[in-house]
Amino acid sequence: MTALSRQTIDAARQNEGQLLASWQASLEASGASRDSRINHAEFEAQTREFLRLLVAGAHAGDSGNIAGSEWADTRGFLDGLSRSRALQGFDSQTTANFIFSLKRPLFELLQAQYANNAAELASQLWAVTELVDALGLYTVRAFQKSREEVISRQQEELLELSTPVVKLWDGVLALPMIGTLDSQRTQVVMESLLQRIVETGSEIAIIDITGVPTVDTLVAQHLLKTVTAIRLMGADAIISGVRPQIAQTIVHLGLDLQGIVTKANLADALALALKRSGLTVTKAT
Amino acid sequence: MERIPILQMGDFLLVTIQVDMHDELALTLQDDLSERISKTSARGVLIDISALDMVDSFIGRMIGTISGLSRIMDAATVLVGMQPAVAITLVELGLTLPGVITALNVERGMKLLRDRVQSE
Repeated sequence: MTALSRQTIDAARQNEGQLLASWQASLEASGASRDSRINHAEFEAQTREFLRLLVAGAHAGDSGNIAGSEWADTRGFLDGLSRSRALQGFDSQTTANFIFSLKRPLFELLQAQYANNAAELASQLWAVTELVDALGLYTVRAFQKSREEVISRQQEELLELSTPVVKLWDGVLALPMIGTLDSQRTQVVMESLLQRIVETGSEIAIIDITGVPTVDTLVAQHLLKTVTAIRLMGADAIISGVRPQIAQTIVHLGLDLQGIVTKANLADALALALKRSGLTVTKAT
Repeated sequence: MERIPILQMGDFLLVTIQVDMHDELALTLQDDLSERISKTSARGVLIDISALDMVDSFIGRMIGTISGLSRIMDAATVLVGMQPAVAITLVELGLTLPGVITALNVERGMKLLRDRVQSE
């Protein structure tokens, strides 16, 4: 790997102001710095900070290896930059361009420096390209990582949101299930429902599957598990919201819902729950 | 040696498991309980496992065995106060304890036992 020569680094340090101006101009020309999602002053501060770190890093250590400790500050800055870009909703291309657009000002500087030495110019161009590419790729990787973090956090939030346990009556809990039931969701649902049963001392839990689009053997097995766990705790489970198509699927698949009480809709299930608790509903005269 | 106490309340026996069950303790309990049922001709057994927060397949099977043997000796068994984590573990282990009567707490378990004895 070709290293940056002392002359190049010194030239970059002496011409830092000029580099910055021409970099900002090229960002301005491409429209990147006029994006409404980011404050102009903040953007300029970022360019200044990055250029300073780049020159300091190149001065202190090996330009061929950005994993080294001399580049720790630069990497930290890029991590922060990528995270903020990801949160602001920029795409990876714009984020990477921020770094790559520095190439042109650097190349122009090199051209001026090595006007009479073609061999040296070529080797230094290569070194600069390698360095900027490495930094750019690092930025993209950091960007992707922060995007993935955002996605996985949202998934967790969705999981929490989709499993509310509601109290229908004193001693009667209901769990309206919405969406496909997979192992992970069943686990969360089971835990929150069982916890609520203990907290409220409810004897009847109604699981409403109106919002579950399909029931296959796996989903049926998950339902069975939940119902068994509820029974082990000492409460009763009723499954409601069995739509005609779902009933047909269950029968066609030959699934055995061993002794589970099922009802066509939530109202029937509530009526049964009230009856079991010894309550009757009468019309006020 | 460590033993789980078995308390008598009228026609019923009350077993409260408040320590971590290990295999030997469970076997001792099984022996003690069958002895006590035959000596006192108890009509019902109430096992409170609300303090038990960890089970393995052996203990799960033991609970099933205890309730099975007391049923044969004509004493209804009610298992009360199972923790959510324990219930999930048992289900995942495939131990669904068929035939075991369960209740949420001791009070409801007692009521169940009384109703059962009265209806006979």
